[in-house]
Amino acid sequence: MQNSDLLLLSSVETQKLLVLADTSLIMAQRLSEWCGHAPILEQDIAISNIALDYLGQARNWYQLIAKTLNKREGTNTHTEDTLAYLRDVTDFKNLLLVELPNNNWAYTIARIFFISNYQHHFYTQLLTHTNSNIAAIAEKSIKELNYHVQWSGDWMIRLGDGTNESKQKMVEAVNNWWSYTGEFFEEKLHAMFGTNATILEQQWMAKTKAIFEEATLHIPENKWMQTGGIEGKHTEHLGFILAEMQFLQKTYPNATW
Amino acid sequence: MVDMLSIDEQINKVWHILQTIHDPEIPVISIIDLGIVRKVELIPSTNTIQIGITPTYSGCPAIDAIKFQIRLSMLENNIYNFSIEQILSPAWTTNWITEKGKQQMLAYGIAPPVNQNNFENNVLVENIACPQCTSTNTILVSQFGSTACKALYKCNNCLEPFDYFKCH
Repeated sequence: MQNSDLLLLSSVETQKLLVLADTSLIMAQRLSEWCGHAPILEQDIAISNIALDYLGQARNWYQLIAKTLNKREGTNTHTEDTLAYLRDVTDFKNLLLVELPNNNWAYTIARIFFISNYQHHFYTQLLTHTNSNIAAIAEKSIKELNYHVQWSGDWMIRLGDGTNESKQKMVEAVNNWWSYTGEFFEEKLHAMFGTNATILEQQWMAKTKAIFEEATLHIPENKWMQTGGIEGKHTEHLGFILAEMQFLQKTYPNATW
Repeated sequence: MVDMLSIDEQINKVWHILQTIHDPEIPVISIIDLGIVRKVELIPSTNTIQIGITPTYSGCPAIDAIKFQIRLSMLENNIYNFSIEQILSPAWTTNWITEKGKQQMLAYGIAPPVNQNNFENNVLVENIACPQCTSTNTILVSQFGSTACKALYKCNNCLEPFDYFKCH
């Protein structure tokens, strides 16, 4: 951790890092629900490993945010745990897509593909961020995201270009998730990071189209997009996730293993 | 630190101790051969030895166990003024695993990473040699094995499944 860089983060910048931290944490929490329930053992292990990668990335972001807040306020009250366990629904800034229920395997795969493909290109732009801490976490995460994109892309093809039933489920998943992908490229999000939303969307779409073509899937025509996650306006589903995830710390404050 | 030792001797001693600490997931390989110890240096202003380590993967649960083991080993060797710093950049790569480490991995039954140059294309290579029977008639079963850093393969020759340490 480069301490000299910590003070360079303004409170606005700290807030924006919550978008990355919360998105990774809620993604990890959702994927963890598959542990012990995936179609076959190998995929159960795979999805649990991907969940762990997301949890690790969330921890890196939260640790950076906590150190920044402590430094600015001259305290040591903020930790990765207080950020994860003691904030309420409207404080969370995750993208809406990650908080929605897993539904079936096709929905889960499509979500991993959409998110990991997005983060891979987003974090690549963050490699040149002026704050070295942000660039370092991005650098670390990209290597893991590479494998997530590959794994979920393979499954997109397998289900999309599979049986009638797998195809129908994948088409339904893609159509239902699509309106949640617009939030990825919101100008106000990328203005905060100094990242280029137009280029990002082009790169994301190019990869999506390439996989869709192999998977014999079509890009939905729906242009209307959901919005709100990065401002703390969430679906009803986030409250249920937090209720389960935060229960222990809220009922037994400061409990440890 | 023990004052009798020169700075170089102190740092050498710390490296020597670190060589005895193993990754709990692959207990035959030292954390130095795994490439996760990035630096050992003296901070003159505080007379503290700083040990820089980097995680293999962001979510690797072994890193906390490794930090704990480093702390314990230093104290056992009467080294009290030290700190452990986590370094994220440059990100850990399997290129930092030493030849010795790769050989130990292989002897333990894990196929070491090969074809590092292919990583950019994000291709998990086929025909990884089976650590049991050395046949290259093997097939990828899953990109994720018993831990995030490994993929699961199966040997078509001896029919044994095995872990392959992925390029990273």
